[in-house]
Amino acid sequence: METIPVEHGLILAGILFCLGLIGVLTRRNIVFVLMSLEVMLNASGLAFIVAATRWGHAEGQVMFLMILTLAAAEVAVGLGLIIQMFRRYQTVDISALSEMKG
Amino acid sequence: MIILFYIAGAIAVISTAAVIVQTNIVHALLYLILSLLAVAVVFYVLGAPFAAALEAIVYAGAILVLFLFVIMMLNLGQHTRDQERSWLNARMFVAPAIMSALLLGQFLNVMSQIDQDMAIARVGVMEVSALLFGPYVLAVELASILLLAGLVSAYHLAKK
Amino acid sequence: MLELIWLLPTFPLLGFLALVLTGGTLPKQIAGPIGTGSIGLSFAVAALIAIEFIGSGEDFFVYEAWTWMSVGDFNPGFTFYLDGLSTVMMLVITGVGFLIHLYATGYMADDPSFARFFSYMNLFVAAMLMLVLGDNLVLLYLGWEGVGLCSYLLIGFWYTNPANGYAARKAFVVTRVGDTSMAIGLFLLFAQLGTLNIQDLMHAAEGEWEVGSGYAVAAALLLLGGAAGKSAQLPLQTWLPDAMAGPTPISALIHAATMVTAGVYLIARTHILFELAPSVQLLVAWIGLATLLISGFTAMTQSDIKRVLAYSTVSQIGYMFLGLGVGAWSASVFHLMTHAFFKALLFLASGTVILSLHHEQNIFKMGALRKALPVSFASFLIGSLALTAFPFTSGYFSKDEILLGALAVEGVGTWLWLGGVIGAFFTGIYTFRLFFIVFFGESNVEHHVDKEVGGWHMNGPLIILMILALVGGFIHVPVEAVFSHGEAHDEHHVSGLIHGIMIAVPLIGIGISYLFFMSKTFSVEKLMSSGLAQSLHKFWLGGWGFDTLYNALLVNPFLFLARINRKDLVDSFYALIVTLSQVANGMIVRTQTGSLRWYALTLVGGLVIIVTLGVLL
Repeated sequence: METIPVEHGLILAGILFCLGLIGVLTRRNIVFVLMSLEVMLNASGLAFIVAATRWGHAEGQVMFLMILTLAAAEVAVGLGLIIQMFRRYQTVDISALSEMKG
Repeated sequence: MIILFYIAGAIAVISTAAVIVQTNIVHALLYLILSLLAVAVVFYVLGAPFAAALEAIVYAGAILVLFLFVIMMLNLGQHTRDQERSWLNARMFVAPAIMSALLLGQFLNVMSQIDQDMAIARVGVMEVSALLFGPYVLAVELASILLLAGLVSAYHLAKK
Repeated sequence: MLELIWLLPTFPLLGFLALVLTGGTLPKQIAGPIGTGSIGLSFAVAALIAIEFIGSGEDFFVYEAWTWMSVGDFNPGFTFYLDGLSTVMMLVITGVGFLIHLYATGYMADDPSFARFFSYMNLFVAAMLMLVLGDNLVLLYLGWEGVGLCSYLLIGFWYTNPANGYAARKAFVVTRVGDTSMAIGLFLLFAQLGTLNIQDLMHAAEGEWEVGSGYAVAAALLLLGGAAGKSAQLPLQTWLPDAMAGPTPISALIHAATMVTAGVYLIARTHILFELAPSVQLLVAWIGLATLLISGFTAMTQSDIKRVLAYSTVSQIGYMFLGLGVGAWSASVFHLMTHAFFKALLFLASGTVILSLHHEQNIFKMGALRKALPVSFASFLIGSLALTAFPFTSGYFSKDEILLGALAVEGVGTWLWLGGVIGAFFTGIYTFRLFFIVFFGESNVEHHVDKEVGGWHMNGPLIILMILALVGGFIHVPVEAVFSHGEAHDEHHVSGLIHGIMIAVPLIGIGISYLFFMSKTFSVEKLMSSGLAQSLHKFWLGGWGFDTLYNALLVNPFLFLARINRKDLVDSFYALIVTLSQVANGMIVRTQTGSLRWYALTLVGGLVIIVTLGVLL
């Protein structure tokens, strides 16, 4: 039976998560932000699968399925919002969404 | 087999890094698909074939394609590339990089204290389905309701 | 029958409630009978009670209506205490009060706030009756404060004129100083002797305190402060002349017959305490003497008819204080009663004069009115004679007794007597100055007088008071039992010379007044031409400068402090809290940039901090 150290899997998930985080904070195009958000979700799913392998259960995959579903719904709604925003502001610049000032 | 894990992991990291520095949005999307497929390989190596299949089909196949549709609809293509280039400069990366580094550093710190191995055992579709139809059937129903909510709101938001 | 004593303050209280709860809207045909009838009923009950009480020959009668409060050992009740002193007081209050109320139905007939006036008057009589009938000092203090309140309300009755409001406030504040002194005295008495029931208090004081002990002196001094405030004696006499801003019936009722005598009543009630502190008792006499001389001088210079009578009241109460101070207790009470008669008579008559001349109060704009206003003329004549202690009027008997009592004191007695005689001299002068200027001489009246304002409402009380002022001296005041062991016994074997001087001096005063103001043998103008006379006149006219003194010493510094504290130092502390929170808000609001990226950044920053804390701790 081959083994992989658990922390390697989790470190991979952590790196992907932080990369996604950088993407969210850096980009100004809202579509890119959403994409980086997907990266983060994916990274957390990876963490669950690693845990499933560690314990040998299938619950981790079930959780991954839930996360996937969540990501799908979120993307659907998020893209709908982006379309609305584009229609209203004619731009995908995130700085256009700053009316809640003060 | 174990080597595959590290290779696929490296590909995933590199392509994700590519995603966040791209200026062309379609290219970024393609890099993302690559990253997701690499992660699917990682899933398979870790003994979760069902999850790998789902990742490839649903995530890379449905969600990112949806992204593509919207990008095409908004006509965010070539002409916004210059705009993107102007927005993306090195100065923007400083604060996020620092914070992410801090976060990652602590994460690594915590992780280094774990010293366990995981055995690669194949957890197949059968076991997962047994769980889905068994103890977690409620979760499945809730997920479907969530999808319904997403569907309705997406329809409503995207309407003229 | 004696148990009906609780009805005495209840009738006026019911009248007050009836008039107040209808919002002062009752027409005067109803409000008048309610207001006057309640006092009339009280008088009827009082008369019946007095007859039965005096006939029974008892010393006192106690009736407890209910317990007011019961805290540990302290349980004052709404208990009525009837003895000779309170009998006299209650008859004077209800009797003279009834006559004045009846007069007021005529005097205030044209006033739109008729019902409000009678509601205040009824409340006043109720409070005054509580004051004199209470058997403990707490109930007395309740009545004390009540009459103070009603005095304020009634002085400032025509509140639309701010000067009236000022006079009312001045009266209230000055008497407040006295009230505070009295309250501290009550605290002292209770702390030392454990009770405020008057009779128990007197017995306890006699038992525990020696003559001249510190506590007795302190308590008596504090009570004297309260009495001096309410009775407008030195140094708190400044409010009474200004209180003439109120309608004339209340000047008669409150500031002549009843409220200002509350101080005299208080000292008479607690006379044992004063006997335990002879120095304070002597102080009472000196205060009385000083006040009567000062206000006597002032009364000679006044030109407002009511102010002359006001200063005269202050002076006469000075006589009562003099009597109390020398131990002539029943003489003072007797003078209180006769003074109520003739002073009320004078005030009511002056009310008729004022009303007939369409609210003219300056005596130098009157003159030669004796044909036009016959009833007022007769009232003023009789009242003035009584005031100056003309032989065989009521005032004569009472004032004589006081002066004889003063003479009986060793040492300073002669000086006190002499002062009293000089005061009588000036009383004669100013009283008949007023009388001659108003009713004789040339007419300086601006508007023609058609006829005298009258009617049986107003003339009836005047006639009754005239009779009382004449024969009241023969009424025997049944207070021997009250003062039995403190009385300065009137075994005065004084020579006929003393009696002669006491009779002659007021007559000389009347004569001098006649020469100056009636026959014009001497000229007032020549007397006033010298610079000394001018400055003396101004000094006396201003009430011996007390108002200026108090203004400079107390009022102006207080106003100055209030002015520099206009931003309110204490409040600025709370304003500081407001400012601080506004500044903090200003700082925090800058984080609400509205920029989505900024929010995301702060989100992640917070996450980093928490994770760091989680890892470190």
